[in-house]
Amino acid sequence: MTDNDTTITAPPVLTAKDFASDQEPKWCPGCGDHAVLQQLKNLMPELGVAKENIVFISGIGCSSRLPYYMATYGVHGIHGRALPMASGLKTSRPELSVWVATGDGDALSIGGNHFIHTLRRNIDLNVVLFNNEIYGLTKGQYSPTTKLGLRTVTSPSGVIDQPFNTAALSIGSGGSFFARAFDRDGKFLRSVLKRAAQHKGTSLVEVYQNCPIFNNGAFEEFATPEKKAENTLYLEHGQPLTFGKDKNKGIILDGLTPVIVDITKAKLSPDDLWVHNEADINKASILARFADNLSDSERFLPRPFGILYADNRVTYEDALTSQINEAQSRGCGTLEELLKGEHSYEIK
Amino acid sequence: MTDTKTTTREVNVTSKTSVSVLFAGDSGDGMQLTGTQFANTVAVHGSELNTFPNFPSEIRAPAGTIAGVSGFQLQFGSKPVYTPGAKFDVMIAMNSAALKANLKDLHRGGIIIAGTEGFDEKNLKLAGYPEGSDPLHDGSLSNYIVFPVPVLQLTREALRESGLSSKEIDRCKNMFVLGLLYWLYNLPLQGTIETLQAKFQKNIQMAEANIRAMKAGYFFGDETELFANLGRFDIAPQKQHGIYRRVTGNEACAIALTAAAMRANLQLFLGSYPITPATEILQTLAKFKKWGVKTFQAEDEIAGIVSSIGAAYGGALAATNTSGPGLALKTEALGLAVMLEIPLVVINVQRGGPSTGLPTKPEQSDLFMAMFGRHGDAPLPVIASCSPVDCFYTTYEAARIAIEHMTPVICLSDGYLALSSEPWKVESPENLTAINPRFPSARKPEDPPFLPYKRDDRHVRAWAIPGTEGLEHRIGGLEKEHETGYLSHDPDNHALMTRLREEKIAKIADSIPLQSIDNGPEKGDLLVLGWGSSYGAIKTAVEQALENGLSVAHAHLRYIHPFPKNLGEILGNYKKVLLPENNSGQLLHIIRDKFMIAPEGFSKVQGVPFNEMEILAKITDLIKEL
Repeated sequence: MTDNDTTITAPPVLTAKDFASDQEPKWCPGCGDHAVLQQLKNLMPELGVAKENIVFISGIGCSSRLPYYMATYGVHGIHGRALPMASGLKTSRPELSVWVATGDGDALSIGGNHFIHTLRRNIDLNVVLFNNEIYGLTKGQYSPTTKLGLRTVTSPSGVIDQPFNTAALSIGSGGSFFARAFDRDGKFLRSVLKRAAQHKGTSLVEVYQNCPIFNNGAFEEFATPEKKAENTLYLEHGQPLTFGKDKNKGIILDGLTPVIVDITKAKLSPDDLWVHNEADINKASILARFADNLSDSERFLPRPFGILYADNRVTYEDALTSQINEAQSRGCGTLEELLKGEHSYEIK
Repeated sequence: MTDTKTTTREVNVTSKTSVSVLFAGDSGDGMQLTGTQFANTVAVHGSELNTFPNFPSEIRAPAGTIAGVSGFQLQFGSKPVYTPGAKFDVMIAMNSAALKANLKDLHRGGIIIAGTEGFDEKNLKLAGYPEGSDPLHDGSLSNYIVFPVPVLQLTREALRESGLSSKEIDRCKNMFVLGLLYWLYNLPLQGTIETLQAKFQKNIQMAEANIRAMKAGYFFGDETELFANLGRFDIAPQKQHGIYRRVTGNEACAIALTAAAMRANLQLFLGSYPITPATEILQTLAKFKKWGVKTFQAEDEIAGIVSSIGAAYGGALAATNTSGPGLALKTEALGLAVMLEIPLVVINVQRGGPSTGLPTKPEQSDLFMAMFGRHGDAPLPVIASCSPVDCFYTTYEAARIAIEHMTPVICLSDGYLALSSEPWKVESPENLTAINPRFPSARKPEDPPFLPYKRDDRHVRAWAIPGTEGLEHRIGGLEKEHETGYLSHDPDNHALMTRLREEKIAKIADSIPLQSIDNGPEKGDLLVLGWGSSYGAIKTAVEQALENGLSVAHAHLRYIHPFPKNLGEILGNYKKVLLPENNSGQLLHIIRDKFMIAPEGFSKVQGVPFNEMEILAKITDLIKEL
């Protein structure tokens, strides 16, 4: 039996335009999805993968319309099931570059089971999770990431469901890559998406994406330059954790507790601060929990953006391929052998 | 102990054409293994054979109770046998519960070989016999021939010097029984000796003890006076010469999927979630790595089918296997597969329902769900296997239809076929129908645009898979415009696409064989129309009815949707049509609706397959009424 071998030839030089399909995006004006789509189109030519070897798969929701707008192969599936579809495709055809566009409802609510299991399997998928903390397509019901207390059409007195901490869920599920980006910071988003594409294993990129219609301003605390400086922490591997308008604030670890320090007042050098190590799962777990502490909280911590965690471990499809190679090391099974089986007998 | 040929006494040997045997005991007594070994031996001996295991759904129900009884039934003969037997001729009862649970299915005058240690006060009480009763000696079994054998005591005596612990010795008692049965049916021990040697390769002591226990059972038959009046039986081998293997329905499904993928030059991908009684298909395919098979044990039934849809989109022969509750969970994804018009084989091994129902018991009650269980107008082909060996041919056909007609196909089996086994004359590769996937080739920029939903004369679209240059396209669950595949909410387009999807499935009738009459006259009083696992019982009953001089025929449906083109004509050739089903009349509804006739339904919903006797009785009654 053969895989459907594709002859991979050197791709011609492509531009973002080559990745735009002939369909006009139907998202609302001002929707963050436009920005994510643009960055994906910008990124594709940089990957050096032929267009025909790229597949975008999605579930249901506003963001799941994305495959229609990419001039690659694509499937718009059913609600919550983008990840198993992508998993089946990638397991069957490991040579393809498989992307998943999903949302907070699609991935974390109806598809929650697939989400955790896909992450632990570590199939080499690039998952872009558009998190707008609301159900947009069905017009404004709260989602599993909506903040407590938000009044929506299905929570007229305020949300009482504790929201998911996406990073903690992802790392806790055994995910090998978690990053966070913001729709309006295009350049940074693209750099994160590129790292996700390069990561071998399931890479999860949570994109904070503003829904101007049903949850406008959900990420306002990270949006204006002033707030962004004070409320966000841009991570860089090997660099100390600093933030603030003048980069005068830093994070140190007091035991397992992250503490904000004023670098100048405390007379600390950057070397005294917590230095980011993408491959350190314990520190990544602490970073993941930063998102529990909102800006109005007493235990406030800035929201980490960038790659919180990235570690290499074997992918599911590689492990399966090596088991098959091992089984075939003494020759592939023939149709005759298959039909005859191991316990045939002859009647003379 | 020496060779088994050193018989001490001359024993009367009676020839029989077929016999049905039940091995029954506690689920810890090793009855499945014993039955399987006996089946292997009679198969290699050249007998016709049909087996059926019957075990509780609990892994280990309380020992000694009725709930804990595990049975293995088989019928073998020198003429074709199509069922494990309506009733058994011989019952091995290792304990009181085994006897109590199965006595009603033993022929009057049948043989009971009872392991006496299982009939002590404690066991009788556990089985629910009233205090003070003793069925082996109180005359209540006077309609049967009873042989009380102290199996445990004799096994212990035989293995006294084996060096095994008493627990290990006691576990060999099933081999003693097996040896006794080999003696009774004049069968060779060699096959089982070799199996035991291979099984206990690393524990020679254990292998020797099991072999010794088996020989002890054999010699017990030889030496004891117990069987003097009964004598031994001989079932002459009858199979034509050739290479055979024994397969269960589930194994046959797994082999067929792999064979179909190889014939179509595709990778086989199975996305699956374990569920009784379908799991062996996943287990078997997981071992087929040498043939390049990829199995994906998903987190749930939904991921099982959806991962297969992903693999099918990538160009694999993709399949998923399940049973009723799982098929229910897969129905939304089946609708997607209908919309995507993508090949997919869904094997549904039916069990008693609704809900968790009877997980280990067969039923044919998912036919409506297979036919209609989707939202929207979502037609797809439905075909059904009728015997363990037929599971191979039907599943292979499901794969052919899926690939060549770009559609999901539901292939129905059930718990009876899944676990039953019969000998299969090994098929040669050149006899397998060719399967031709239609992959379009790459498109140059100057070529006309690719139309993913352009159809051929059978309404089948092309299977354009990722990696094919120039054919990049997007598909999904939303309604699509005719030919272009663009999203469309246009009313006329939706009506057109709905009609085209319907017609595409209807046109499959052009590529399937016409319905044949399995047995009996082409015109007559009564047609017994069956589908699925009732084949063996109907076949046997109709054979007998014909011998009795009745005007009756048997037709068995493999293709339920679409029906073979001549089915209506066939139904019109008989005064009456009888439709036995292990459900409340599902095919009956479909036939009535499609052909506007009024067949006679015959329902059995006891979690037990039909047997030939009840069908024969029904045939006889109906013809009398005509």
